[in-house]
Amino acid sequence: MMTSTEQHDRAAPMIELRGITKSFGSVQANKNIHLKVSKGSIHGIVGENGAGKSTLMSILYGFYKSDSGEIYINGELTNITDSHKAIEAGIGMVHQHFKLVENFTVLENVILGTENNFLITPALNNARVLLSKLASAYSLEVNPDALIEDLSVGHQQRVEILKALYRQADILILDEPTGVLTPAEANHLFDILKNLSNEGKTIILITHKLREIMAVTDTVSVMRRGEMTTTLQTSETNPQELAELMVGRSVLLRVEKEATEVGAKSLEVENLTVTDKRGVTTLKSISFHVRKGEILGIAGVAGNGQTELLEALGGITPAAGRMKINGEEIPLNGVGSDARSKRENGVSHVPEDRQKLGLILDFFAWENIAFGYHHKDEFNMNRFLMHNQKIRKIARSEMVKFDIRPPSPGTLAKNFSGGNQQKIVLARELEQNPKVLIVGQPTRGVDIGAIEFIHQKIIDLRNMGAAILLVSVELDEIFSLSDRVAVLFDGKIIGERITEKTNESELGLLMAGIEDDSETDSLVTRKATE
Amino acid sequence: MDYLTIIQILDSMLRLSAPLIFACLAGLFSERSGIFDIGLEGKMLASAFFSAAMAAATGSVWLGLMAGLTASMILAAIHGVASITFQGNQLISGVAINFLASGMTALIGQNWFRLGGRTPSLSGDSRFLPIDFPFTESIGKIPIVGPIYSDLLSGHTILVYIALITVPVTWWLLFRTRFGLRLRAVGENPEAVDTGGVSVSFLRYRAVLICGLLCGLGGAYLATGMAAGFIRDMTAGKGFIALAALIFAKWRPGYALYACLLFGLLEAIAIRYQNITIEGFGTIPVQFMQALPYILTIVILAGLVGKAIPPKAGGEPYIKER
Repeated sequence: MMTSTEQHDRAAPMIELRGITKSFGSVQANKNIHLKVSKGSIHGIVGENGAGKSTLMSILYGFYKSDSGEIYINGELTNITDSHKAIEAGIGMVHQHFKLVENFTVLENVILGTENNFLITPALNNARVLLSKLASAYSLEVNPDALIEDLSVGHQQRVEILKALYRQADILILDEPTGVLTPAEANHLFDILKNLSNEGKTIILITHKLREIMAVTDTVSVMRRGEMTTTLQTSETNPQELAELMVGRSVLLRVEKEATEVGAKSLEVENLTVTDKRGVTTLKSISFHVRKGEILGIAGVAGNGQTELLEALGGITPAAGRMKINGEEIPLNGVGSDARSKRENGVSHVPEDRQKLGLILDFFAWENIAFGYHHKDEFNMNRFLMHNQKIRKIARSEMVKFDIRPPSPGTLAKNFSGGNQQKIVLARELEQNPKVLIVGQPTRGVDIGAIEFIHQKIIDLRNMGAAILLVSVELDEIFSLSDRVAVLFDGKIIGERITEKTNESELGLLMAGIEDDSETDSLVTRKATE
Repeated sequence: MDYLTIIQILDSMLRLSAPLIFACLAGLFSERSGIFDIGLEGKMLASAFFSAAMAAATGSVWLGLMAGLTASMILAAIHGVASITFQGNQLISGVAINFLASGMTALIGQNWFRLGGRTPSLSGDSRFLPIDFPFTESIGKIPIVGPIYSDLLSGHTILVYIALITVPVTWWLLFRTRFGLRLRAVGENPEAVDTGGVSVSFLRYRAVLICGLLCGLGGAYLATGMAAGFIRDMTAGKGFIALAALIFAKWRPGYALYACLLFGLLEAIAIRYQNITIEGFGTIPVQFMQALPYILTIVILAGLVGKAIPPKAGGEPYIKER
């Protein structure tokens, strides 16, 4: 007689990785990775950026080839040399950046690569039938004839999942699937994943959001610097422990923030309206203010006017309305509305897309540290020559101060990791001691260690009396940094709260566009009491 | 202008459009797969020379055609190796092919035939001859419809008909077959194809070779169908006009046909009317009429005709990230 545990041990795991190693040049992305995932389970993989999660999954999906190591699928040694082999082995992957052809229909995308016939019509018909079955079975509804470019991000993700299911995948890998989703869409996705695992599908979920790991996974593995450090039962761990395992030291998930005396209104914005080139009004007459020593968080699902808000205030796109710094009006369009004038008036801007607007990637770190302020006396010898030696020296000291690794000014910006790139931008902007800081997505794609550092720097600036406008789609970030929160929805500020007196579900409703009037409030309470 | 004149102009429009149609569809296959090709001109020129040279040497136009196709496809393969395998710059590779073809044909031509870069005049079996449809005599007498049959449609070389048939075949391949679906996908988002388990390189090589094949047909037609022998630089920018037509056609086969016919029509009018006099305006000189296709090319390439969105991954070598 065998006990149930023995039986469990004898059943081969659905996925087994043995000694996977992969290097890119001198960088070891994966070191001797061992992993077992049992059939029908949801397995989470967490780790900081650059810990090697995506590389490992790309190896499993045949996108990269490992230097050494073996992959067993359902107990069988499988040589996955390319994605075609992975698909044959029953593996499907939903990439962080969707691999869809934007001007194809849903059906065309679904059958691409698995047409099974010289003519595509039979496959299109098959897919149409199968899609409607899958749609009802897993609530994965999507219009099969819609073009991908016309679908919301959430629906595009459904197409990726449908693609994998159409290929009869038994194993589904999702790489950072919720980064682009609203909280409601994310919850819907988790329901789908649970359904799929109940049907016997094995799911690997890569994320850096610990909340999601706790909510949906059965087991969780932690990766750090290319190594698989631990595998745990989700029910036997907690976010704090996972975070510590990820970073290798204990971290404060919430930055300590003492109350400050808020001062006079430093940044005032009235009736800010932005109309884009196509004539669409993206910001609809919004007004707000930020006081000295205060952080105003702008929450909301990406694409509700955040980018336009940042670019209007940063002097990148012209806008209508009024903007005042310490009572003095600064134009939002025409003469004197450009980015340089904004900077000269004490407004620093940390753009949300650091690689496009914050840095010139092919330039050295020291050059990037001077950009935007390069006309200032401190960077120049005389009217014609820049003082390069001096800029390098300033850059080095700032890089040490901001813990930028490596602290070498002569390194190209593109050769720093995401977190260090962001610190270069922050170093440049914060060292100017701005009266007003406008900062967008300061920790997007940044690892936990650097997040903590960046948050602390922003808090320090606030404590020194600057007014800070923080635009972020990460609710955790909004909660840990801001004193007040305003929620942007469809180009309008749909509600405003004191951070301490609100909670995630309340903001979640606002982010979903549910107006905060007494009616909905009473509705919610009524439902809760029922 | 009487009816028969119109028919005659349209007739020469068909004749003059055929090489453009070949080149335009050649570019369509290549660019739809994400490989920009400004070397259409060079490939046509190489094919024109080698088809004429082979035809002159052997007396067989079919052997000539084979030689032309081979030359064009070799150049296409070079472009493929440079831009797919070695991930080089597609424009530079294309320019190089144009120079190579222009210099090579003149040099080899002079060396072989000592006629200043020409090949000997072709006649009889060493040329593609017009094919006359049956019953042209009797059907031609029917008013209106008759001349369309016997003067406009009949009497072209086989390659003109192949050019016309290639248009619907291309459409069918692109929009109804697995190959076409993948080809269109690889020009838009090669990652989607790669993660779908399909080789990006193999697809693009096939597209580039089809491009070479069609350019070869166009070039052979110029030297052994339309003309009777090769003349130095005889393509005279047709490869570039075809590119303009491709943009004008928004990379779609049907529109490509119309665009090429338009360019052919302009050329036909310029040949038919040396000087056009318009009442109260004066005379339009022949030079202007001859320049018109090229002027239109510039206008189209400058983006003045609507918005044409090229295949999104066009011009970019496919490199797996990191």
